Amino acid sequence: MLTERIDAQLPGAVLDRHAFRGDETVVVAADRFLEVVDFIFAEGFQLLVDVTAVDLEAREPRFDVVYHFLNLVSQARLRIKLPMAEGAAAPSLVSRFKSADWAEREVYDLFGIPFAGHPCLTRLLMWEDFPGHPLRKDFPLDGGDPFCSQDIGASYAPEARTLNP
Amino acid sequence: MGNLNLDDSVMTTRLDSVVNWARKNSLWPLPFGTACCAIEFMSMMASRYDFSRFGAEALRFSPRQSDMLLVLGTITNKQAPVLRQIYAQMAEPKWVVAVGVCASSGGMYRTYATLQGIDRVVPVDVYVPGCPPRPETMIYGVMELQKKITRETLMARKEHIERFYESLARQEERQRAQGLSSHQAVREMVLEAGAAGGQQIW
Repeated sequence: MLTERIDAQLPGAVLDRHAFRGDETVVVAADRFLEVVDFIFAEGFQLLVDVTAVDLEAREPRFDVVYHFLNLVSQARLRIKLPMAEGAAAPSLVSRFKSADWAEREVYDLFGIPFAGHPCLTRLLMWEDFPGHPLRKDFPLDGGDPFCSQDIGASYAPEARTLNP
Repeated sequence: MGNLNLDDSVMTTRLDSVVNWARKNSLWPLPFGTACCAIEFMSMMASRYDFSRFGAEALRFSPRQSDMLLVLGTITNKQAPVLRQIYAQMAEPKWVVAVGVCASSGGMYRTYATLQGIDRVVPVDVYVPGCPPRPETMIYGVMELQKKITRETLMARKEHIERFYESLARQEERQRAQGLSSHQAVREMVLEAGAAGGQQIW
């Protein structure tokens, strides 16, 4: 299988793996990620469907950056997860996949995860002076005020998370 | 010449009544569709509900050619200055219908991104509740607008629209003076209105 081939080719790159209903997921160390992408690109996974992230607040490292690849020949799908500590930069895939451009900007905008090597890493959805990153678990759902004008900083009071205290 | 009986051929009325009668029966809607209310709106315009019966047949997708703004869906904070500009560009006299709870009050989206009711940034004449409202509800809303048009005077409508233009001039002055974007200027105006105990900036 593919994950075994990745393991054989790039020993130590795959930290964890699982499969659910035929979809394979591999957890890859951030510093080996570009090698893995080069390998699976050669294997035929040449469409980057989406880049997203998960905020697992209590876990260390805090974030998972999730990449979805599609093999256009075999129609197989592969999900790659990158554990990412807060403030650490994930390697950008824009040079290889054009679709990574806006997807990485969206992740940067909503989770505050920077991408090293991105040509224009600016906010995509929120306005330029928006404070904070709204899809982080500790972001207050209503932003604190009608137009989110306050500088709410990196961490927020737990009671601010609910709209109906 | 025999006896000319004017009673049968002349009717006296007020200018307001006759102009408003024409206005209410020839509304030109601009559908500003941003969410699922716009899908219900398509149904409202199509043959089953046939909104043409109420004189609002000519849909225009340019604000310059329309006088009834139907805000069909969620308006985000980022879109608030865009909505103001579209309303400013419409032909006068003009009316606004906030269709659905999102446009009326933010609805279920009490979030960082959603404008909590378009009446904060543009004057609204009729609010249509529902999520989304059925086509009958939207038709009833426009019928209420027609009743409202019947009752209003020409001067009242003119002054109503001028108040909005004054707020737009204040917004543009703020942008020029402080070098702000339209979004920043509208945001500051909403926050100032909120600090003063109000909600509306027009």
